Amino acid sequence: MTARRGRKLDFEHGVVELIHGGGGRATTQLIEELFLPAFHNPILAARNDQAVMRMPAGELAMSTDSFVVSPLFFPGGDIGTMAVHGTVNDVAMSGAMPLYLSAGFILEEGLPLRDLRRIVQSMADAAHDAGVRIVTGDTKVVERGKGDGVFINTTGIGVRMQGVAPSVEKARPGDAVIVSGTLGDHGIAILSQREGIGFETDVLSDCASLHRMVASLLEVCPNVRVLRDPTRGGLAATLNEIAEASGVGMILNENAIPLDPQVEAACELLGLDPLHIANEGKLVAIVPIDSVEDVLEVLHADPLGRRAALIGRVVEDPRHLVQIQGDFGGARVLDWLAGEQLPGIC
Amino acid sequence: MKFAHEYRDKALAWSTAEVIGRRVDPARDYTLMEFCGGHTHAICRYGIVDLLPENVRLVHGPGCPVCVLPIGRVDQAIALAEQPNVILATFGDMMRVPGSDRKTLLSAKASGADIRIIYSVLDALELARKNPARQVIFFAIGFESTAPATALAVQMAAREGLRNFFVFCTHVTTPAAIDGIFATNAARSGQVKVDGVIGPGHVASITGSDYYKDVAARHRLPMVVSGFEPLDLLQSVLMLIDQIRDGRAEVETQYARAVTVGGNARAQAMMRDVFVTRESFDWRGFGELPGSALRLAPAYARYDAEAVFGIGYHRVTDNPACSCIEILGGVKQPLDCRLFGKACTPENPIGACMVSPEGTCSAYWQHARHHAGETA
Repeated sequence: MTARRGRKLDFEHGVVELIHGGGGRATTQLIEELFLPAFHNPILAARNDQAVMRMPAGELAMSTDSFVVSPLFFPGGDIGTMAVHGTVNDVAMSGAMPLYLSAGFILEEGLPLRDLRRIVQSMADAAHDAGVRIVTGDTKVVERGKGDGVFINTTGIGVRMQGVAPSVEKARPGDAVIVSGTLGDHGIAILSQREGIGFETDVLSDCASLHRMVASLLEVCPNVRVLRDPTRGGLAATLNEIAEASGVGMILNENAIPLDPQVEAACELLGLDPLHIANEGKLVAIVPIDSVEDVLEVLHADPLGRRAALIGRVVEDPRHLVQIQGDFGGARVLDWLAGEQLPGIC
Repeated sequence: MKFAHEYRDKALAWSTAEVIGRRVDPARDYTLMEFCGGHTHAICRYGIVDLLPENVRLVHGPGCPVCVLPIGRVDQAIALAEQPNVILATFGDMMRVPGSDRKTLLSAKASGADIRIIYSVLDALELARKNPARQVIFFAIGFESTAPATALAVQMAAREGLRNFFVFCTHVTTPAAIDGIFATNAARSGQVKVDGVIGPGHVASITGSDYYKDVAARHRLPMVVSGFEPLDLLQSVLMLIDQIRDGRAEVETQYARAVTVGGNARAQAMMRDVFVTRESFDWRGFGELPGSALRLAPAYARYDAEAVFGIGYHRVTDNPACSCIEILGGVKQPLDCRLFGKACTPENPIGACMVSPEGTCSAYWQHARHHAGETA
């Protein structure tokens, strides 16, 4: 038993029990011995059912995301780092500085407390690095077999920088398409750990908060048309969304798209397309063509944007197709993915 | 990337294309069929057609095992998955293939059937070991390239004395598919005339290239067993053009880095041990083809899911508006189908050629859709 009054939680051998989500003493103990010290800030420490904070003037940006990744721990991060960076990035892509996060946990009975502590610590570290505060939260426990260890929901709030308004429908023919680095790293790092498909690779998840890089990008290019982080569905899904919403087409140059050779090799082996694979620390920027040099310069100056590249341009196309120009002269359509990407059989 | 980029060299590809251009006889047309779905994808992805002379036409063959499996077999798999206490283990490709009433393994899973997506048949064996109280059925699909792995799993199950592992065997054989093309009405009436075949590379790495000698001789068919990279395909086209010019109908191997004349003897021995040839098998697009599929040999009958669970095959008629049948036989191209891209898309597939990532329609959708409306 881990939740007896008077005894500390046993983070070495204990596991999550249903009682930890019951709202009673055990829940309080989990909050006091784990969440409060890790997330450590006066708003959370007030221990009310809500966070109360002062907001600076300006437009608010808000985003929510739920994280259900398996395995929970992977090379380069874990579900906790993703839960912070993912929501920070969604807020940041509006041109906002993220300030506050909420965190909702759905824990599965039997989850080792050691794992939970590791995840919570990852969240605390990621939030600290990103300069955001986790100010309110919730914990529920579901019976064994009804969850996948832990699910996390985070909601983020930020304030938009003055005079910027990137939006998905603003891409115009002639604009440039820029990505901030190599694509597919996160998805391949996760796949390499999956049961039944595990393979040897040094690829790390690119999980990172991008709001500071966004801020320096906006400084040199306040009229950036669109900012997006290409997570699920990869670059392909993100560019197709933009093309659809903006009523334009795109033509990409296959050779200009930055890829890690190991990611490329893994995709080759598994029959996957790296442009369909998720990223957690990359952004796509659609910018006016005359800003390309300035934007690439600030991106290259940021450690997270060292391999940023101009990969294509926005064109007029009533069919709203995203096409890739390969080495062979022929173009192909870069489509969204239908369903989950799975290795084929022949 | 080592050993892949070398086969995608632009300059070499263009110079090969140039040689092809010089060798073709401008006075005639060439219709070449690439057998495999993997070939079709590479052709679409790299825009190979754009590099070939106009009188060299590529048609897409029946080489995707998901596509040639008829609706009735999908129904059978769903029925097996819905048996009490069963875990059905399948490759991801099969999950969204529509059976009768557009029911799929995916929808059966959502309704409560225990269906697991696996990456290798060995994962299915592992499921059986870990769940001794459950009946684990492996949905075995594919040509001679995947059959040896199924054979290995059955042998391992027998050695270990696993009593809860079964195989729903729908393995089919490639020479029968080639016979099937020539048995269609379109071929018999001269509507489709195939001048040469780009032969299956992965399958031939198991069977050896000699395996196709009989079928090539039967139809006086030039055949070149090909790899899957753009340079492989261009070289294979060149070899076929040369055969046609010389009036030869031989089985040649372009994919020499993987394929030998005799093939993989050990894999062949495993297949002979575990499988026997079915008298006949129903194919999507071709109907019943004699001697065209494999089943478990009598010695392994206790692993045969069809026999053990007593769920038989019932033929189902295909959607009449869907052109899958003509596409598999090389009579039509995806863009000729009136459902393509409208009623039938990867998100909402009607025919198997669209649902399988190896399928011709799916390849067109992914890579060549922008050509729609440009011709004809």
